[in-house]
Amino acid sequence: MSTFQIDFGEDAGPIVGIDLGTTNSLVAHLSLTGPRILGPIVPSIVAVQNGELVAGEPARAVLLADPSQAVYSAKRLMGRGAADVAEELSLFPFRLASGSEQVLRLVVGDRTLTPSEIGAQVLRALKVQAESELGRPVAQAVVTVPAYFNDAQRQATKDAGRLAGLDVLRLVNEPTAAALAYGLDKRKSGTIAVYDLGGGTFDISILKLHDGIFEVLATNGDTHLGGDDIDNLLMAIAMEDLGGEPIAAPERERLRREVIAAKEELSFVPISRIDVELGGRRYQRELTRELFEKLIAPIVERTMAPCRACLKDSGLTVEQIDEVVLVGGSTRIPLVRQAVRNLFRAEPHVELNPDEVVALGAAVQAGILAGDVQDTLLLDVTPLSLGIETMGGVVSKLIHRNSTIPASATEQFTTSVDGQRNVLIHVLQGERELVKDCRSLARFELKDLDPLPAGLARIEVKFTIDANGILNVTARDARSGRETTVEVKPSYGLTDAQVEAMILESITHAEDDFRERQVRESRVEADNILAATEKAKQSDAWFDLSEEERAAVDRAVNELLMAYHSSDHHVIQRYTAQLNEATMALAENMMNTAVQGALKGTKI
Amino acid sequence: MKYFEALGLAPSLALDPAELELRFYARSRELHPDRFVRASKEERDRALEASSTLNDAYRTLRDPVARAEYVTTSAGLDSKALPPGFLEEMFELNMELEEGGDAAPLRERLAALDVELESAGAAWDGSPDSPSLGKVREILNRRRYIENLVHEHLSD
Repeated sequence: MSTFQIDFGEDAGPIVGIDLGTTNSLVAHLSLTGPRILGPIVPSIVAVQNGELVAGEPARAVLLADPSQAVYSAKRLMGRGAADVAEELSLFPFRLASGSEQVLRLVVGDRTLTPSEIGAQVLRALKVQAESELGRPVAQAVVTVPAYFNDAQRQATKDAGRLAGLDVLRLVNEPTAAALAYGLDKRKSGTIAVYDLGGGTFDISILKLHDGIFEVLATNGDTHLGGDDIDNLLMAIAMEDLGGEPIAAPERERLRREVIAAKEELSFVPISRIDVELGGRRYQRELTRELFEKLIAPIVERTMAPCRACLKDSGLTVEQIDEVVLVGGSTRIPLVRQAVRNLFRAEPHVELNPDEVVALGAAVQAGILAGDVQDTLLLDVTPLSLGIETMGGVVSKLIHRNSTIPASATEQFTTSVDGQRNVLIHVLQGERELVKDCRSLARFELKDLDPLPAGLARIEVKFTIDANGILNVTARDARSGRETTVEVKPSYGLTDAQVEAMILESITHAEDDFRERQVRESRVEADNILAATEKAKQSDAWFDLSEEERAAVDRAVNELLMAYHSSDHHVIQRYTAQLNEATMALAENMMNTAVQGALKGTKI
Repeated sequence: MKYFEALGLAPSLALDPAELELRFYARSRELHPDRFVRASKEERDRALEASSTLNDAYRTLRDPVARAEYVTTSAGLDSKALPPGFLEEMFELNMELEEGGDAAPLRERLAALDVELESAGAAWDGSPDSPSLGKVREILNRRRYIENLVHEHLSD
């Protein structure tokens, strides 16, 4: 495909914007005419098909045929530990691999994959799609995450990018991206509330706009609240209708698809109908919007508390909010819109497709990073407070939630025992006072300290949350000024070494795959020549050969048959070439016979 | 003082919030890591350091109490001294609270202290040795004491 290239000066390759969603994912790019979506929407489904991993529509097909070979909504498990996904496991057909106490892995067909690896498959599909649309390689991306994602969830998303061969230049919060997409910066100043109810997550962000600066004042949300929860409610009803009997997995997925279709229809009509064949049984049900709204009211209500908390944190009143933006497929639901309208007392913006707006905004942010967009700047915040464990299991907060990022805090540490060589720092994220109520991020170990009497060491530790919302820790000895070694042990998710190993493994796998393909291709070639030889032996041309020539062909055939099952394609190719050589005269004879036949006007 | 430098300001306790915001935005445009994603590792590290300092500075200086705490701490004033008679007054207030009174009188005192802090701050000439800073420190000490009382009262 040829495309018209725009010269932006030094060409470092395009930066694309990616919305890696719970249900669906999209990729977009900023051109001179504005951001545009590249290619079709990609369902966030990954499956094993003929021994290979596929993502998107092909994976959806596998899911409907054989759910054991596929996985969806894996974003819900990003950066989480086995202990905190028990609820998810009861609601979603996730199959945990053994050994998931350390690193969470899911069984998909004959593979076990971490959530990051599953995300990587979806990202890879988007990368390929973007490359074919843009007509050039794509190596850099901006990827969006729910604003309320914690450090581990962000890190897992970044890891997914690395595994997909994408350099993730920036993680952008989804609601903030949406605000960028709306180009509300055309309005010189004002305040915006972004209400983002997606497939699996809910975010609310309040921003202040000033001359192209998008300053996030506060954000709040719930990383486990979304359209998925509504689907589960409807599924529960359907299962009850079906008498509570368990149904086979493929039928369950078909039922889920029908239920979702009925839900989506209800946003536009007052009554929808579910009608589906389930293994000989037919399930029919009418669903009124009235019943639907009664069902989902508690879910919609659950979004209200974060909205109020966010308003409070922003220091603004409802009256001071100028614009409200709706993002995420679930905001198509009339009841959701009504709740937002009531809360903010304003008519929300719905001009842009709520499924596309985040990807479009990510493309704008990519444009900012590439230097193509000069006057716009995003100042985002960290959604959760960061603290360290102190005596008695209490958390001492170092960086408060809603601090503009990058943000940093410096803390002095010392030793408590004479000659102590290392200090362990437990870092947590959350708003509560006690360690047990916050989320453990990682343990940082300061190593190789100079042995000194207790309390004399002075180690200055700097905690920095970068523009992606990810924590970096550096430490130095305040006496010597020397950098101190810090070893990170993440509480959830993967260590850097594990990600590196996975990347290596995928490369080795890629090599294996490549070698496998070469072997298969040479076998096909061998099949062709063997079949052709067999056929030629039935013709007159065969008997025109000398006895030695015929013996040479037979020997070459036998040798190729023996080499055929070799796993080295070179061997197969060598004996294929030998047979080719041996059948040279035979082919010539056949050719002549054919020509003579043609001259005589007779068929051979 | 690092935070004032980050915003290109001379040390002062009387800052105009609107001007502070404009300076913050202008500096952000220059220093934000978004401007350096394709630069060298050293430049990116520098941008991360500079912009996190800028953000920390703005967050601290835009809040009059945090600003005063920062200035007094930077000037080496760590006295926790309270004026004579203050503790007696607080004991009485605390008694009333424990007998079921509400925290309104405490809040009124906090508001009065904010006004006091503002005028004491305006009198500061920017010198770390200025006696007006001692006054600011003492106001902050009283303020902190009352805030703790309010906090305890609310968590009861």
